[in-house]
Amino acid sequence: MENTPLTASAKTESNKPAGFFTKLVRQRALVLMSVPFILWLFIFKYLPLWGWTIAFQDFKPAKGFFNQRWVGFEHFSFLFQDERFLRVLRNTLAMSSINLALGFVTAIILALLLNEVRHVYFKRVVQTVSYLPHFISWVVAASIVQSTLSPDGIINQMMLWFGWVDKGNEILFLGIGEYFWGIFGASSVWKDVGWNTIVYLAAMTMIDPAQYEAAKMDGANRFQRIWYVTLPGIKPVIIVLLIMQIGHLLEAGFEPQYLLGNGMNVDYSEVIDIFVLKYGIAQGNFSLSVAAGMFKTVVSFILLFAANYLAKRMGESRLF
Amino acid sequence: MATAAISSSKPKKAHRISSSREDRIFDICNYIFLVLLMVVTLYPFLNTAAISLNQANDTIRGGIYLWPRLFTWDNYAYVFKEASVFHATMISVLRSVIGTVVTVFCSAMVAYTISRQDFVLRKFVTLAFILTMYFNGGLIPNFLLVRELGMLGTFSVYIIPGIIGVFNLIIIRSFIDGLPESILESARIDGAGDFTTFIKIVLPLCVPVLATVALFTAVYQWNSWFDVFLYNSSYQELSTLQYELQKILQNSNASLTARTASDAFANANNDAANAVTPMAVRATMTIVASLPIIMVYPFLQKYFVKGMMVGGVKG
Repeated sequence: MENTPLTASAKTESNKPAGFFTKLVRQRALVLMSVPFILWLFIFKYLPLWGWTIAFQDFKPAKGFFNQRWVGFEHFSFLFQDERFLRVLRNTLAMSSINLALGFVTAIILALLLNEVRHVYFKRVVQTVSYLPHFISWVVAASIVQSTLSPDGIINQMMLWFGWVDKGNEILFLGIGEYFWGIFGASSVWKDVGWNTIVYLAAMTMIDPAQYEAAKMDGANRFQRIWYVTLPGIKPVIIVLLIMQIGHLLEAGFEPQYLLGNGMNVDYSEVIDIFVLKYGIAQGNFSLSVAAGMFKTVVSFILLFAANYLAKRMGESRLF
Repeated sequence: MATAAISSSKPKKAHRISSSREDRIFDICNYIFLVLLMVVTLYPFLNTAAISLNQANDTIRGGIYLWPRLFTWDNYAYVFKEASVFHATMISVLRSVIGTVVTVFCSAMVAYTISRQDFVLRKFVTLAFILTMYFNGGLIPNFLLVRELGMLGTFSVYIIPGIIGVFNLIIIRSFIDGLPESILESARIDGAGDFTTFIKIVLPLCVPVLATVALFTAVYQWNSWFDVFLYNSSYQELSTLQYELQKILQNSNASLTARTASDAFANANNDAANAVTPMAVRATMTIVASLPIIMVYPFLQKYFVKGMMVGGVKG
């Protein structure tokens, strides 16, 4: 235990007055407070990576880890010819893009509007209410979305009232595949728009009030002050968050699609994670499932590093 | 820009007045919009609550919006008479409490060690944790690991795989970094060991950030259903409230094809003796599953807003 790090870090620590080993003994309390968790980290975060080998095997659970037949990239080439996987990939990209665009625009607009409210109490109440849906589970949210969109739900009731649909012909929103991306986007915004304003509102408090005074003196109206002072003031934060989001382009979420998905909208609701779940756990085709999951992780990994690099290049070295 | 140029050429007074009228219109529109936003956010909850408090057979007639027509506690009584629901609530409470205590304590401990600039393993520990932000083994390898460790069908599967999150580490660490160095220094001079310093000095000073982490963890634990589904779906005694609700939701999803209203009506007739309907049960479960959170989060607002400001930019 104490030997391996000794040789590994002896060089880097040699310029310090006390030797590495002496220090390690002196700091044994700190070591005991952190090393058990490194062990935990290794088992639960690093060890599963070994499971990726399953993607290159014709994995049969009964045979044990070492007696598997190796098949190379067979599963990957199958994936990219599989119509279902390509559709799943399309859904993932579509929904994460919708989430990205819609999520950003709505959160920024709401933050700008909240920033213009001068009654502190009213502002606090709106903020507290808008955080609420973020804290409830997707199970609860899905239950709410489902009853809102059901034939006797409020949306259909309102459309009846306006005369947009006839009684008995209410729209079964979740039964129509083409509507799913929109439903997903709207429910994601409903759930997280308030929460996402926090960072922008924090950035807005950093803007120097003198800038608003100066803009006012120059005769800028409300919209112009928002456009020429507030927005440029939060631009760095917007850029950092935008870049970070690019790293999550293949993370379209799993819970909303799984919970709101059904047989009728499956062509539009299925994302990579659901594909992995259905192939792996339900059908027992571990190899194909791991290949799909691995594809997602590797692409995300590359995207995240590219995003980090980009953020650093733009002078925003605050990612980690 | 153009309007600014024009208005500046006008007399000052006239400009003032027009701008304040503009201001007022903007404010009115803004307030109307924000009130509408609150309505859209709250209505579904209030509607669900109203349905859960209305006599189930009466709800089928429709027309329940913000308050119950025939008030009753029957739906809640029915739901909690169901042994599985009561038991699942207990498991949810248990995992929220144990999971939160364990996560808060362990995260704070590791965060403290990596906040110590003189700790020899600081860089190694930090890097080991940060790296895990960029990848994970994925569903199947994690499932196989949990199975190999013999954790399927145990309560520990709710706690152990998620003890420490990198996000929590980051926000606690940056909080500790902001503490005055002199306090920690004086504790050490007084002869306190590292562990004693952590327990007696650092933990009490970290209460604001630990409240944030506790809230996030408790909400996460209370809301989880997927790990129950994945690891413990055949162990009813370890089911949680959210998973019970998910099963109800899945059932009503399946029956969506068969025109929910008539379907629910048929069920209602079957259940006439109990005077409950699937719709009422679902609404009641939805409220039960979200009420604890709704009652807690407003009081921790100032903490989690701060936590998000640190974590949102750095995480």
